[in-house]
Amino acid sequence: MRLDVILRVLAKLLIPFAVMFASYVQFHGDFGPGGGFQAGVIIAAAVIFYGLIYGLPSAREVVPDVLVEAMIAIGVLVYAGVGIAGLLLGGNYLDYFVLDHDPVHGQHRGIFWVEAGVAITVSAVMLKIFYVFAGRRRDAGGEGS
Amino acid sequence: MLSQHLPILLVVVPLLAAPIIVLLRRSFPSWLVATLASIATLAIALPLLARAVSEGVISYAIGNWPPPLGIEYRVDAANAFVAFIVSLIGVFVMPYCRRGVSSEVRAEEHYLFYAMMMLCLSGLLGILLTGDAFNLFVFLEISSLATYVLIAMGRDRRALVASYQYLLMGTIGATLYVIGIGLLYLQTGTLNLADLAVRLPAMGDPRATLAALAFITVGISLKIALFPLHLWLPNAYAYSPSAVSAFLAATATKVSIYVLMRYFFTIFGETVVFDARYTGVILLALSLAAMFIPAVVAIFQTDVKRLLAYSSVSQIGYITLGISLHSVGGLTAAVAHLFNHALTKGGMFLVLGGVVFRLGGSALDRMAGLGRTMPIASFAFVIGGLSLIGIPGTAGFVSKWYLVTAAMAEGQWWLAGAVMLSSLLAVIYVWRFVEVAYFREPPAGHPPAGEAPLSLLLPALAMIVACVWFGLDASWSGNMARAAAEALAGGWK
Repeated sequence: MRLDVILRVLAKLLIPFAVMFASYVQFHGDFGPGGGFQAGVIIAAAVIFYGLIYGLPSAREVVPDVLVEAMIAIGVLVYAGVGIAGLLLGGNYLDYFVLDHDPVHGQHRGIFWVEAGVAITVSAVMLKIFYVFAGRRRDAGGEGS
Repeated sequence: MLSQHLPILLVVVPLLAAPIIVLLRRSFPSWLVATLASIATLAIALPLLARAVSEGVISYAIGNWPPPLGIEYRVDAANAFVAFIVSLIGVFVMPYCRRGVSSEVRAEEHYLFYAMMMLCLSGLLGILLTGDAFNLFVFLEISSLATYVLIAMGRDRRALVASYQYLLMGTIGATLYVIGIGLLYLQTGTLNLADLAVRLPAMGDPRATLAALAFITVGISLKIALFPLHLWLPNAYAYSPSAVSAFLAATATKVSIYVLMRYFFTIFGETVVFDARYTGVILLALSLAAMFIPAVVAIFQTDVKRLLAYSSVSQIGYITLGISLHSVGGLTAAVAHLFNHALTKGGMFLVLGGVVFRLGGSALDRMAGLGRTMPIASFAFVIGGLSLIGIPGTAGFVSKWYLVTAAMAEGQWWLAGAVMLSSLLAVIYVWRFVEVAYFREPPAGHPPAGEAPLSLLLPALAMIVACVWFGLDASWSGNMARAAAEALAGGWK
């Protein structure tokens, strides 16, 4: 534990930038390569990195299992909710044109929330997979689910 | 305002229910949401079916992008009827889950079980309603992945192996389907099914179409469990929780059969599929093999769940036999049997689930004296068995009657004989249960006489009653099957 000082310090330095890069990928997805899926994977990678260096229990303290599972569901709800919002505003399902007075603006708004939903669910699913595999030996019953 | 959104709501309601259930986490509220959602899907499917029958094709543009540019949901009498069947089975199965699942699935996994049921329902309905070839694949994966998890939740450890086996076979099937779609897309530049149906005939009959047809047929046949691609099915049905067996037996293979019919008759067209090559003969041969070989295997099963599973493979043979006749009469028989067999087999699995709840297992030996200890359940099971055989007065008779009439209309008299003969095999495997349940003494140490709890018995009985009801009065189901067959054969005009 004493010998990985370099790893610990570097991890502390890198993780904020990883999360920041994730938000860049997320919000710049309209104009360049990127979007919710990629951003979600990067966010999850930052937490997984933290877990690798500081141990699984500390990662689970930062992002608890209950939160991860809730995020899996919330992301899907956000995505489907955008579709329902389109319905309620008089359009078809997932109709972004009606989400704002200006149809182009509506498209921006629609894709923003859809990608937010994707990022939430993808990052949570990635984390869940990591937790389940990494926690196999520790969790009671050995199945970690 | 809401009525125009029925096609999408049918898929979105269970899709929304799944994450809500995950957030709820508790067993009872999860079950409540799942049950309400399945009732809602039936409430949506019924008016949708009525509209599709009276108005013809209903098109719904997702995101208001006009098809074929955007993804389109396209509903006609055929897929609306199958969607009605799926949501009807959902309404029968979900109330049953409350008690059924409590004994068969670990308590901390209950909410995941209901979430998976909802995803499976949503995926199956999505496959039916979508008018986009790739979207269909996505829904196929949603329903399949949910199914793998549901099967693995069975309390028997072999459930894991069964689920893994199905995962391998199902993935191969889905991959073959995607390869077929890729070939079609390369040729025509479209993924919209209606657009494909217009563009493909203009292509003539090149080798690539043939390859696409082959890939799609084999891929979907794996999902149908068409003999000899059925090897995943018996284990998957035998080791999954009873409610899952009932739901899958009544819906999953049926939805894939719809997809095959849609591709054969609406998209590729009869000329390409049947007139230009031997698809009809091959399908006929495989259907006959399915009607006989798995039925013989069913006779030798020592586990009633496996017996029913093999019987399912055999019954699928009747449906594909109807398809292989490639006439409106044959299609009517196929769609009618889809409906009647869903009710029969779903009901029998539910009855059996109640028996397993009491006896703790589904081995045939345990059922000794069941006619005395659980008279209602065993009587209901026998009624279901009569419907499998095709005794007049049950739903199974109606579809076999359609099938025989359709075969005779084609001049294939010997097929009528084949249907009779394979029904005799069904008599034998149903008789095995009758003999054990009614002519043997209950073994020592047998649980005391008594029926399964009402919450298990009532949904099961409701399905068996429906099975008799549609056997006595087949006018509604027959009309629907005919409308569906005409919609399939007539194409999406």
